[in-house]
Parts: sequence; C-alpha cells; structure tokens
Amino acid sequence: MKKGLSLIILLILLAALPLIGLSSYMMHIVVLVIIYSMIGMAWNLLGGYCGQVSFGHAAYFGVGAYTAGIIYSKLGVTAWWGLPFSVVVVTALSLIIGFICLRLRGPYFALGTLAMGEVLRVTAENLVKFTGGDVGIMIRERTWVGKTWYYYIILLLAIGTYLLIKKVIESKFGYYFVSIREDQDAAESMGIDTTTYKTVALCLSGAITGIAGAFYTNYMGYIDPKIVFSLHDISIVTIMVVMVGGVATYSGPTIGAIIMVFLAELIRSNPSLGAAHQTLFGILLIFIIIFLPNGIVGDFPKLAKIFKIGRVSS
Amino acid sequence: MAIQIELFLQTLIAGILLGGLYALIGIGMTLIMGVMKIINLAHGELMMVAMYIAFWLFSLLHIDPYISVLVAAPALFFLGIALQKFLINPVLRVESILPENQVILTVGIGMVLANLATIFFSSNYRSTPVAYATQAFYLTDFWKDAPIELSLSMAWSLSFLIAVAITILLWFFLTRTDTGKSIRATAQDLDAALLMGVNVRRMRVVTFGIGCALVGAAGCLFLPIYYLFPALGGQFTLIAFVITILGGLGSTNGAIIGGVILGIFESMTATYLGMGWAPVGRFLIFVAALVFLPGGVASLLQSRKLGK
Repeated sequence: MKKGLSLIILLILLAALPLIGLSSYMMHIVVLVIIYSMIGMAWNLLGGYCGQVSFGHAAYFGVGAYTAGIIYSKLGVTAWWGLPFSVVVVTALSLIIGFICLRLRGPYFALGTLAMGEVLRVTAENLVKFTGGDVGIMIRERTWVGKTWYYYIILLLAIGTYLLIKKVIESKFGYYFVSIREDQDAAESMGIDTTTYKTVALCLSGAITGIAGAFYTNYMGYIDPKIVFSLHDISIVTIMVVMVGGVATYSGPTIGAIIMVFLAELIRSNPSLGAAHQTLFGILLIFIIIFLPNGIVGDFPKLAKIFKIGRVSS
Repeated sequence: MAIQIELFLQTLIAGILLGGLYALIGIGMTLIMGVMKIINLAHGELMMVAMYIAFWLFSLLHIDPYISVLVAAPALFFLGIALQKFLINPVLRVESILPENQVILTVGIGMVLANLATIFFSSNYRSTPVAYATQAFYLTDFWKDAPIELSLSMAWSLSFLIAVAITILLWFFLTRTDTGKSIRATAQDLDAALLMGVNVRRMRVVTFGIGCALVGAAGCLFLPIYYLFPALGGQFTLIAFVITILGGLGSTNGAIIGGVILGIFESMTATYLGMGWAPVGRFLIFVAALVFLPGGVASLLQSRKLGK
C-alpha cells in the first residue's frame, strides 16, 4: 500500500515537472535522460536479465530513427508514423541479428553485435539514395516548438516500457531469462528452449530501443548515421547507463541515465574538461567495474555500509 | 581481357600483403582469447599507441618505423603486463552478475587510450614520409616481355616480410620453448595445466603482454603504408575479431589463414565495389563464417587431420 502511494506521488511529480517552469535546456536534458533510461531498460532486459551483453544497441536505435526518417522523407507522411512502423522493422532486424549472433556466447556475442552496429552505420552512410548518406535526414516541420509535449510522450513510452519489462520479468519468461544467464547449458538440459527465449528477449529489447530511436528523430528533427549509429554515444553509453545504475534491477537504468546524462552535460559544458569526456567516462567505467560491479542500485547495501562506517569513524 | 586479369592479380597481391599484416593483429587477439578466455576490445587502441610511439620516434629522432618495432613491441609488452596486472586481474576476482565485465573493462581502457591520444596528439591524420614509400618493384623489370604489368610496393613488401618473420619467430617460441609450451597448455586446458605445474597466473600475464607486443609490432609495420589518427583503433579491433572468428577461436594457424582470407576479400571489395564498402565485405565474411563454418578454418584443419 505504502509502495503504491509513493509510486503515485512519483508519477504526479513527473507529470507536474513541465509546470514548474524549467528552462528549455533543462527540459531537453530531462527528455534525454528519459530516452537513455528507456534504452537502458531495453538493454537491461537482454543484458542484465538474459545475460546477453550487446555492444550494438545503436543498431536498433539507428534503424528505428531511420525508419521514422525515411517514412518522412520518402513517403511524405509525418515522422510520428515511425513509432509503430519502427516496431515492425526493428523486430524483423532483431530476428535476423538474432539468427546470426545468438549462435555466439558471452563475449563473442558482444563483439558480433558490435560488428552489426558498425555495419549498419556503414550501410546507412553508403546507401545515399535511400538514407541521404552523410547528409542525413532533416524533419522540416516540427510538431511542437516547446518541449512539453515531447516530454509527455517519451514519459508515457518510458513508463510503458517499465511496466512491460516488469511484467515480463515477473512472468515465467523472466525466470527463463535468468536461468539462461546463470547457466545456459543447465537451462537447456532443464528443457528450456534457450534459442527461442534469447530471441524473444532480443526482439523485445530491440523493439523498445527502436521506438526510442523513432522518437529521437521526431524530437531532434535531424539524424545522420554518425549520430544515431554511434558506437560510443549510443551503444557504449547505454551499457554504462546500466552498469552505473545497476545490472538486472528495475530502477537501475533510470538512475544510471540521470547520472550519466547530467555528468556528460557537466563535462561537456566545461571548456577545460570537454575534450576529455571519453577519458573520464572510461575511468568511471573502469572504477564502477572494479568497485561496484553490480551498479549503484545493485551494490546499494555495500555503499550504505561504507558510508555508515565512514560516519562512525568521523 | 589482359587488363581484367592484371587488375585481378594486382588486387590479389595487395590482398595477400594486407592479409599478412592482418594475420599478425589476429594472432595477438587469438592468443589472448585462447589463454584468458576474454576478448581484448582495446586491441586496436593498443596498436594505435604503438603507431604513435613509432611516429614520434620517426619525426623526432628520424628512426625508421621498421626499426622502431624493436622499441614499440617491448613497450607494448610492458604496457600489456601492467594492464593485465592492475586492471584485468582484479576484475577476474570480483563477484558480479555479468561475467562479461572484463570485456566491458577493456572497452573502458580503449576509450581512455583513444581519448588521451586525441588530447595529446590532436586528431590530425599523420603519416611517416619514408623515402622508400613511393618505390616499387615492377614485373617488367624482371621479365622483359611479360604480357601483363604488375607492381609491388617496396614498403608493402617490406612490412609483409617482417610480419612473416615475426610470425615464424612466434611459432618457434610457442613450439620450442618451455614458456611457449606452457602458454599452449594453458590455452588447451587450464586445470590440467595447473596440475602439471604450469604457473597459470604468470602465463596469463605473459600472454597478454605477448598479444599486445604482436599488435604493437603490427602497428609499426602499418605505419609506413597507412595513416595514423587516434580513432583508428576501433576498426582494427573489429578486424582482429573477424579474423579470430574466421580462423577459429584460439587457433594461431587459423588466425594466419583467416588474416589472409580477409585481406584478399577486403582488397577485392575495395577494387570491385568501392572503398566505402570494405567494412561491409568484412562483415559479410564474418556472417558467412558464423553461419557456414562456426568452428572457423581451424575446424577444417582439424577434420582433415582426423580424416587421415
């Protein structure tokens, strides 16, 4: 009961956020946080629960973004149709990627997906007739000038994602996923069709990331292959969002996204640190892996203990 | 027709030369993968570091990139040992949900290396203008009335020959010395090696160092024929990985064959489809290897042996 109440309060606070008059820049950062937490949740489903670490989530994000962009530039309808269409396109892509990459295990799967993301970027750069190549796609008429409606749309999408993933993880699928992560051979010998369930996790994860990509096209109004298929800015930041927040936790990706997006903005806006943002990200990643391997949420008891001890000694 | 054949043969030669260098990168990764069971995603970035060492030796002290192999390879060996001892080994002991933490860790190392190179050396494209870079051998020099004309760049052939020499040296090291045999034993079966008295922990450190030294040597060999920029690492990491999959995981012989196949395939796509598509060609070969030959070339070699 108490938990439900706090959830409702949180929802009301989130819904009221645009009313307190944040600047356009702050709203932009909040929207980015929600986009990244959505991709993070999607990654967490595949990587955290099912144990298939993907380095290629930019592939789904980029294809989702380009679905919206191409629908707009070639068919001439509004790019919002990209949201439903990207689900179809990205699910099909996930099936193909799954067919190829899910033969691989562990780190090999990771690198296989990394290669997929890179290849889709190169393809998007070279298929100039279809994607516009490096010139990218520009959405000329923006639906809204302000950010409030964009905020509500992505918030709804993210809440939907959260509920969907919670539902999936608490169903028997979730148990299958975790058993595959813990020991794939044991899962298989218990009669779980591991390939099917891994494919299900991949398709769900891909489709959610694709929707986020399609939203990104509508929101930013401009995409090019180097942005939406970026290995560092999408694939690796997604992994960091989940690693920092907490692998295989419900709220981890959101907390990770808040930390990572604000940290990135802080570092980039500082002229003397701006160039070094990847170094700092890399060091943060190394630090997290060595000292907090399960992220802030996953290792919260450990953190609490450290700070309590710190307080006693001081 | 003659021009067609000429173009084809020229592409083939370029592919083989490129393949020899690729093999060296691939062997480094496959060694690390065989012994440590992790993928070193900072492989290309380590190569970039070696290339910068060779570049600065060339532009400040006028040392030929081929001679700086002798500096860069040991430097990378010690860098690799340091990374393994202070970063990767501690993570192997940490309890976590995801076993892929070490792989993600190497991504972090790669990011730091690439970004530091950008900060310190700027993201300009650089190259070493060696005197022999423009020289070449021509078929007509040796055979007066050859029906077709083929050329062989001096720098490319030198790089290729040194790469082959290093590969042969490595083969002697792995098959003839105690340390080499221990490394192979560790790769084959960790527990059995431990029972036989192999110091597995030291072998891991040494292997990581050797893998880094190999890719460092490859970097020096690439410098006279390629250009250098801080973000070049990523693409070579991918190349190394494709070679490892193609050759068969952890197989040194497979990596050599895989490297040559990839080199030929890449120079063919570059000639007949255009430079921009070379990464896609690389990937097609990767997918084909996964779908049709999951064990890599090594499994072919093995089944041939068993068949006899």
